[in-house]
Amino acid sequence: MSDAPKPAISVVVFPGSNDDRDTELSLNHLGADASRLWHGEERLPANTAAVVLPGGFSYGDYLRCGAIARFSPVMRDVVRFANEGGLVLGICNGFQILTEAGLLPGVLRQNSTLEFQCQDVSLVVERTDTAFTSRCEPGDRLSIPVKNGEGCWFADPELLAEAEAEGLIALRYAPGTNPNGAIADVAGVISAGGNVFGLMPHPEHAVDPVLGSTDGAKILGSLVDAARSAAFATA
Amino acid sequence: MKATILIRPKAGILDPQGQAVETGLGHLGFTVRNAHVGRLVELEVEATDSADAHAQIERMCEQLLANPLIESYEIVVEAAA
Repeated sequence: MSDAPKPAISVVVFPGSNDDRDTELSLNHLGADASRLWHGEERLPANTAAVVLPGGFSYGDYLRCGAIARFSPVMRDVVRFANEGGLVLGICNGFQILTEAGLLPGVLRQNSTLEFQCQDVSLVVERTDTAFTSRCEPGDRLSIPVKNGEGCWFADPELLAEAEAEGLIALRYAPGTNPNGAIADVAGVISAGGNVFGLMPHPEHAVDPVLGSTDGAKILGSLVDAARSAAFATA
Repeated sequence: MKATILIRPKAGILDPQGQAVETGLGHLGFTVRNAHVGRLVELEVEATDSADAHAQIERMCEQLLANPLIESYEIVVEAAA
């Protein structure tokens, strides 16, 4: 493991991001060469094997969460990277940015409780055949914290049916534990191409036993594995 | 040219803020129904006439000001003085 080559992963820092350091630390702990990248950069580093948009409150959540961050200079290159098949993970605010940017379906709305939800949630892994869940076993239940005010994923009936039919709902809150009113208990959505994934729970806060759970490492570790394969495919 | 844009939760979509406001007003003794909470944007736009202003703001709404999945919008362009 320690001898495995370390894939370069860029963690984008927007004004108001606050989970960028935890995300960087977690990815490095799991064998990546992660570094933070200021949102004002025009380009991703040439050796980028994956991009993570971290949690936080980019641009103060003004207008709608993620609505303004998607116009940050670096986002143009992130969208290009994603459209070319590059691995992109959005956590919480990052998920909101990815939906606003049109890279993932649906939208994140205010929690139906109107309360900020900060708690461990139980998650059902619906797909284990993706770059973000390959370390999970079918039927796995993960314990990972959420902390958001706008985590209620929404899609109209047609869009939801389409997403369900295409198998894009990769992660759900366990039955009866949905903390925010998300439609169909959706906690995480993957793109049709399988290279873009967004989730509201914070895997970077569940990578060490001292944090109460290491289940987040299954998500981030899967990404590190996939990024390594992408970066060193010919090695 | 001055304009006001009213952004509302789309009809039929669960509006927890509207419900909370409705409940709050109920506690104050008012009897209200169908309370909804939206957003108001005021701005001044460079435009040749009100049709041009309207067209520009329409694009602003589609690209940034509203999310068509969950919100509808209404544009009011102030008549030139």
